[in-house]
Amino acid sequence: MLKIGSYEFTSRILLGTGKYPDFDVQQEAVEVSGTEILTFSVRRMNVFEPSQPNFLEKLDLNKYFLLPNTAGAKTAAEAVRIAKLAKASGLCDMIKVEVIGCQKTLLPDPIETLKASEELLKEGFVVLPYTSDDVLLAKRLEELGCHAIMPGASPIGSGQGIINPLNLSFIIEQSNVPVIIDAGIGTPSDVAIAMELGADGVLLNTAVSGANDPVKMAKAMKLAVEAGRLGFEAGRIPKKRYATASSPTEGMSIS
Amino acid sequence: MELVINGDKIEIPNTVETVSHLLQHFELEQKVIIVEWNKTILEKDSHQGTKICDGDRVELVHFVGGG
Repeated sequence: MLKIGSYEFTSRILLGTGKYPDFDVQQEAVEVSGTEILTFSVRRMNVFEPSQPNFLEKLDLNKYFLLPNTAGAKTAAEAVRIAKLAKASGLCDMIKVEVIGCQKTLLPDPIETLKASEELLKEGFVVLPYTSDDVLLAKRLEELGCHAIMPGASPIGSGQGIINPLNLSFIIEQSNVPVIIDAGIGTPSDVAIAMELGADGVLLNTAVSGANDPVKMAKAMKLAVEAGRLGFEAGRIPKKRYATASSPTEGMSIS
Repeated sequence: MELVINGDKIEIPNTVETVSHLLQHFELEQKVIIVEWNKTILEKDSHQGTKICDGDRVELVHFVGGG
């Protein structure tokens, strides 16, 4: 069970809603992934095209929790404004704080992320900050009262997978709130590794939406989350430098 | 009257008196839409009571796909 604030989820996949080839594929991918939490962005509407299709309208909102992000914000003040706009929809009170500090790497600005999280916690939001894999920053965000910590595995949309498992494991080990690995995941094996490290969940978008077959990849990611989580709970064997025989060494007739 | 909607100057008939009217004018009343009126974010239940005046700055935003 994944518990974020007062909300409980059976699925440990959070799924982004950007960049799918079409709504039908997206809808099927969402369903197959088993996700209960979908992320969205907040943007100006084109008022002259009100009939423009919107994925949100295709969803049964009783089945999914919305996790809007503050993507597009470069400062804490911008992030807070976007979060408040999202909340005014009356559909959600969770927010993924995303304050980008560098347009090339899309890495989060740690100081603005911290400030925005603090402000939004005061406003009563359920706050999930997207952060780097900085261990102390993760600690500071938790101390503020954030409801989950979402360190990136590698730059957003890069598909580079988990480039610093050590830092992620430190964050997971120290954290008393859920740790959700966000950004940079490319393959099911990346997801399995994240879960084996003890992550409470993963947030995926491009890895699924950008796959040749997003529906099949959504299924693969669901299985990877389950496999990785079970592996973590089961407890792996220690690594050793030399071999240990699996078969008994006693009672051999030939020697 | 002229309003600034999402950064663009747009001419609106004078029959539009409230934020609710404005949403109806653009056929948006059934949509999930959030209104910021002169820098104030409006809760849904205040759309009807919020009067629109010439020169008001209105932001109409919605949820789009994102990660």
